[in-house]
Amino acid sequence: MNLTRRHLLLLLPAAGVAWKYVLAGTPEAAPNYKLSEHWWSMLIDLPKCIGCGNCVRACQQENDVPDGYFRTWIERYHVNDYDIENPVVDSPDGGKMGFPPAKDGSGKNFFVPKLCNHCADSPCTQVCPVGATFISPDGVVLVDKTYCLGCRYCVQACPYGCRFINPKTDTAEKCTLCYHRITKGLTTACCESCPTGARQLADLKNPNDPIHEFLKTHSVQVLKPSMATHAKVYYNGMDGSVR
Amino acid sequence: MNSLKDAGHLFRLAAVFLAGIVLFLLARGFLVPKSFGQYGHYRGNALGELAARPVHYAGHQTCETCHTDVLEKKTAGRHAHVNCEACHGPQAKHADDPASETPTKLDTAVLCARCHEANAAKPRAFPQVATAEHSTGLPCDTCHQPHSPAIVAEAKK
Repeated sequence: MNLTRRHLLLLLPAAGVAWKYVLAGTPEAAPNYKLSEHWWSMLIDLPKCIGCGNCVRACQQENDVPDGYFRTWIERYHVNDYDIENPVVDSPDGGKMGFPPAKDGSGKNFFVPKLCNHCADSPCTQVCPVGATFISPDGVVLVDKTYCLGCRYCVQACPYGCRFINPKTDTAEKCTLCYHRITKGLTTACCESCPTGARQLADLKNPNDPIHEFLKTHSVQVLKPSMATHAKVYYNGMDGSVR
Repeated sequence: MNSLKDAGHLFRLAAVFLAGIVLFLLARGFLVPKSFGQYGHYRGNALGELAARPVHYAGHQTCETCHTDVLEKKTAGRHAHVNCEACHGPQAKHADDPASETPTKLDTAVLCARCHEANAAKPRAFPQVATAEHSTGLPCDTCHQPHSPAIVAEAKK
């Protein structure tokens, strides 16, 4: 077959499409950041939490979370001495603007900040029908919003209620552990803005991380261990009534 | 030979199936992104895209490169471990362009109360006041310096 100019012109758009496809395949990983060298988690030191709401506001500003939705929030527990199995929990606007004075000063009152537990065996990623949510090689549960259908399977699968459907994009959204920050060597927005150090980002694969010493010397729990999710948000000094 | 001649329709059927399979594989090759399956059953490039989002909180290390005077004052006082943006809010824009993006002055009457307003759920050891009694709505920086809040200098005078 003689290759004429006309043939070449016909081939051009096809070649263009093919080249774009090749470019799309090049990974865009952050420089100097090795996925295999990190395993992210968070430590929450409950006796230090003052319920100021800084973390909730910071998360909202850093990640453009719509009003009324929360990637992290603070709960206030009120536990009566005679009924420790049934705590009264409130979280006005996610604790974003702090908390009004406790109605009942008796018993025990304390704050519990919550966020995605970045489970090593997460139920939410297992139910996704299209591969839009996943555990990254560095241990962060993430959502690819260009792939998400908004089917809500993951929202109901999360035992901690950490996911929601963003009304603007109609896709599932959750805490990314500030993936855009931790890959650049920064801490998360909530940890950066926590005034008492109640929240601390931790890298379990980094032998010099203070988390190792902390875990060795403190009684630390995770939320709902019975769910076998292998949650990686560790709570220090957590009361048994916390759900 | 005769039997094969009768089986012609089967070959045609097989050809249709083969064409279907080839078409499916071609379409799949085009539609599934290259990075899908790079790390697992998801698009590997999603990691890079999530990591590329802009930062709003600059981080206290960034603040401290310029504001060494404040850092000195802060490390000497009780607010030594409170990061700059815990009170001042996200300042990445200011860090990128300090001349044109200047942080707004904060209202200490509101700001300080967020942490220090008395609440039964706060840890006992944490310094708390009932602002209504303590300052009657006056801004806290009337007496306290937010970067080093203890009123020591006044006593020395």
